[in-house]
Amino acid sequence: MKKFLSFMLALCLAVSLAACGGTGSSAPAADSASAGTDAPADSTPADGAGEPAASGTAIRIGGIGPVTGGAAEYGLAVRGGAEIAIAELNARGGQQYVLQFEDDEHDPEKAVNAYNTLKDWGMQVLVGTVTSAPCVAVEAETAADNMFQLTPSGSAEDCIKEENAFRMCFSDPEQGTLSADYIADNQLAAKVAVIYDSSDPYSSGIHDAFIAQAKAKNLEVVADEAFTADSNKDFNVQLGKAKSAGAELVFIPFYYSEAALVLQQAKAMDFAPIFFGCDGMDGLLAVENFDTSLAEGVMLMTPFTAAATDDMTASFVAAYKEAYGQEPNQFAADAYDCIYAIDAAIQKAGVTGDMDASAICDALKDAFTQITLDGLTGKGITWDASGAPTKSPLVFVIQNGAYEAA
Amino acid sequence: MKIRSLNPNFRRRLVTYGIVAAAFVFIQILSGAGLLTNSLSGQLVPICAYVIMAVSLNLTVGILGELSLGHAGFMSVGAFTGAFLSVCCKDVLPGWLTLTLALLAGTAAAALVGVLIGIPVLRLQGDYLAIVTLAFGEIIKNLLNSFYIGRDSAGFHLSFKDALSLGLDDTGEVIINGAQGVTGMPRSASFTLGIVLILVTLFVVQNLVDSRTGRAIMSIRDNRIAAESVGINVTRYKMIAFTVSAALAGLAGAMYAHNFSTLVARKFDYNTSILVLVFIVVGGLGNIRGSVIAAAALTVLPELLRGFSDYRMLVYAVVLIVMMLFNQSPQFAAWRQKLAAKFRRRRPNRKEA
Amino acid sequence: MQFLSYLVNGISLGSIYAVIALGYTMVYGIARMLNFAHGDVIMVGGYIAFTVMTTMGMPALAGICAAVLVCTLLGVAIERVAYKPLREAPSLAVLITAIGMSYLLQNLALLVFGSAPKSFSSVIALQPLRLFDGALIITGETLTTILASAAIMAGLTLFVNKTKVGHAMLAVSEDRGAAQLMGINVNATISLTFAIGSALAAVAGVLLCSAYPSLTPTTGAMPGIKAFVAAVFGGIGSIPGAMLGGVLLGVIQSLSTAYISSQMADAIVFGVLIIVLLVRPTGILGKQTREKV
Repeated sequence: MKKFLSFMLALCLAVSLAACGGTGSSAPAADSASAGTDAPADSTPADGAGEPAASGTAIRIGGIGPVTGGAAEYGLAVRGGAEIAIAELNARGGQQYVLQFEDDEHDPEKAVNAYNTLKDWGMQVLVGTVTSAPCVAVEAETAADNMFQLTPSGSAEDCIKEENAFRMCFSDPEQGTLSADYIADNQLAAKVAVIYDSSDPYSSGIHDAFIAQAKAKNLEVVADEAFTADSNKDFNVQLGKAKSAGAELVFIPFYYSEAALVLQQAKAMDFAPIFFGCDGMDGLLAVENFDTSLAEGVMLMTPFTAAATDDMTASFVAAYKEAYGQEPNQFAADAYDCIYAIDAAIQKAGVTGDMDASAICDALKDAFTQITLDGLTGKGITWDASGAPTKSPLVFVIQNGAYEAA
Repeated sequence: MKIRSLNPNFRRRLVTYGIVAAAFVFIQILSGAGLLTNSLSGQLVPICAYVIMAVSLNLTVGILGELSLGHAGFMSVGAFTGAFLSVCCKDVLPGWLTLTLALLAGTAAAALVGVLIGIPVLRLQGDYLAIVTLAFGEIIKNLLNSFYIGRDSAGFHLSFKDALSLGLDDTGEVIINGAQGVTGMPRSASFTLGIVLILVTLFVVQNLVDSRTGRAIMSIRDNRIAAESVGINVTRYKMIAFTVSAALAGLAGAMYAHNFSTLVARKFDYNTSILVLVFIVVGGLGNIRGSVIAAAALTVLPELLRGFSDYRMLVYAVVLIVMMLFNQSPQFAAWRQKLAAKFRRRRPNRKEA
Repeated sequence: MQFLSYLVNGISLGSIYAVIALGYTMVYGIARMLNFAHGDVIMVGGYIAFTVMTTMGMPALAGICAAVLVCTLLGVAIERVAYKPLREAPSLAVLITAIGMSYLLQNLALLVFGSAPKSFSSVIALQPLRLFDGALIITGETLTTILASAAIMAGLTLFVNKTKVGHAMLAVSEDRGAAQLMGINVNATISLTFAIGSALAAVAGVLLCSAYPSLTPTTGAMPGIKAFVAAVFGGIGSIPGAMLGGVLLGVIQSLSTAYISSQMADAIVFGVLIIVLLVRPTGILGKQTREKV
């Protein structure tokens, strides 16, 4: 009984802590770039007054992604990119937006919890989720609620199975197929090795499509090696097998944190094939203290690079660096484009902030197939009713520590 | 018949059922009055699953006295079996039948794996046993991550390499797709089902604990050698407890799988096993009612902390540490007793006044 | 030749596990607790060294010293605040507190250092060894790690067996109550154990990040678990056992990736562990203890 009493006391402590947290919720985000993107959690949906040059009610955009745990990097990038876009749109005047971003710890269960929390907040449009498996779980919820969903980076095919779900990035199979096509069409190599993360849906999705397309294009896959998230530090064996099989090109469809290790270990064993990566590779050069000479000659297919020189990218990169102290990666760019795409569709459909989520969803579903977006991740992006974007992939090669169009 | 005259064990059991039933009624009233937030209503089924997990793990850790760090492995076996069956049958069988079959299959599969793992594991003792259960949990996760099964006109195909090597024809569909998991389960689990399954779990576990078998199991926990010397078949009773615990975890997993439209093996790593362990330690080892309450409270806690934004998991960690110190440290216990004594002294005074 | 290079790679990976496992085994042997936060102390060590070396631009030696110093203090502080009050509590309570500590350190690191990976500059200037015309290359990091783990093992063995404090540790691990009666300061001994274990974690962190230079808040988590498995492999509580377990784990992982299945290497490693424990229930070099009624 005493134990029970003390347990209840501890719980009271926790709940009271939580209550304090609730009132202070806007404090941690207040110092970020976009003041006004964080609304008090207890205000009603009809609250948007006090914004400068506001017209009508602000539309509540919810975001979901991992901001703690092992995948935090991707969620934080999406949150940052979205915050910058929202700050820009709000400064422009016209339709105002507020953003609330919830953590899902890269877990489907937590993602659904985050979604429900956002619904309680009064979310009208969802930008998310960042990672694939949580995205599929949340999609089932948004479809049931008829809530418009645009995922910046949920790249599994199932992420846009439902009518209300759209995507900003390429799908995993698309990336695998396009990569194999590019390698075969440009005759980069005859003997190809693949190293991939078999415990990661993104990496294994690209891998499966790549192998299938490589067969179709008569590329000889001399080594097909996997690793898992539990053993993602040592790639010597996988690289050794590729080396002894005489691979001229190694396809590495995974994220740059691991790619940096692969490059370093390949260098140490005097193995210098062409390394070819996908959009997860972007960010490699921005790793703090990374020896960029290791990345010399690395090729990657990505819709976005922070090194691009056009005005739009330059101003986005500058704003992002100022707000978060680091270079944006493609996740941030995808999220930035998501917000602008939603804004374009909202203008097109004449959606206003006092409409409910379901009505907005119906309007946006139509409008999305009619808009064309010139964004960071592509010019003239259009969507079809399936929710997939049409944009052209770009291949870059790293030379002298910078991206060059290949 | 007076409550007081009942067997104390039976009375204790009734109270636990009562708490679960009261929680159900309370949530129904909230829901009927429109006071239930989306956030809470979305968590109801996972809470039920974690309650079943906690009660079942308490059977191994609290009642049998063996530390298991791989309980999520059994949950994943149940979840994947149930999900596989549902995806296969959802077009040919009615929904309720599919769900029932999936729950039964999940439970049976986890029980089978429980027996297979129990045979080697239960020969070990103490921390060695714990680390082997952790190893089994990780093995199950790793195998599920590279397990592919698909179906086409020629029947089922199976592979441990990738989806391509299944060699499916045009009509084929991949059902379990390695790390990409299973998608497209019917989302048929509900809070009512969860409560019913919790009651079933409590019934099974509490009856087991209060039976002759249960006393045998607890005697092994308290003193294995003494138990052996009075003729208790230690291996047999250990296996019974371990298998029942695994089967119930499978049941929780099968229900959990039917609440989300996607299922990935990554979810069931050692972190989830440890999470459930936290529930039962906080609720009190061997205390079934404590497990129920702690599992529910600690599942909701991280959601309550969302207001902390980026500091949420930090606060969760601090709460966890403070709670453990508060509950378990002798200094705190002494302080608590002093406090309780003060209250007791005060109370009669108030009556006089 | 391929086999030899996979073997060397396995030994190199394994010697990192060994250094981490040595810290684990020290703490377990004396305090009888599974310190789940050990892997995260490694991560802290990595970040401290990175901050001193890269952000502040100081030499490598300063980085190592700072990491050792901070981690030692951190280890002692964690022990004092979170574990000591629970010394008389059931061992599971301490385990859960350790898990809480692990969450705490990871999330603190996330807030302080951010989520983006950082590339660690190797502290080892040694040139790689090229044998058989470059068919077998052994990097300086590999050589250093192997030598360092062997040296640490030897040093610890000597310390425990030859010094008075070491004997006190042995006594505490044998029977805490009797040790106290013999006039040994149990609390001080356990604190010292945590100090040594955490200092080793700092060294392990620097070595881990030098060999695999990618630093994130979760860097220590999985190597921590693997090293824990290695410590059990060799017989937890045994110093040479931790070394042997670590190296074996690395070799098995490397060879099974090379010759059996790269997808299922983790399952194979854990499978071998289970088989070893079934044959020798207290690990390869673990002490067989007789139960008393």
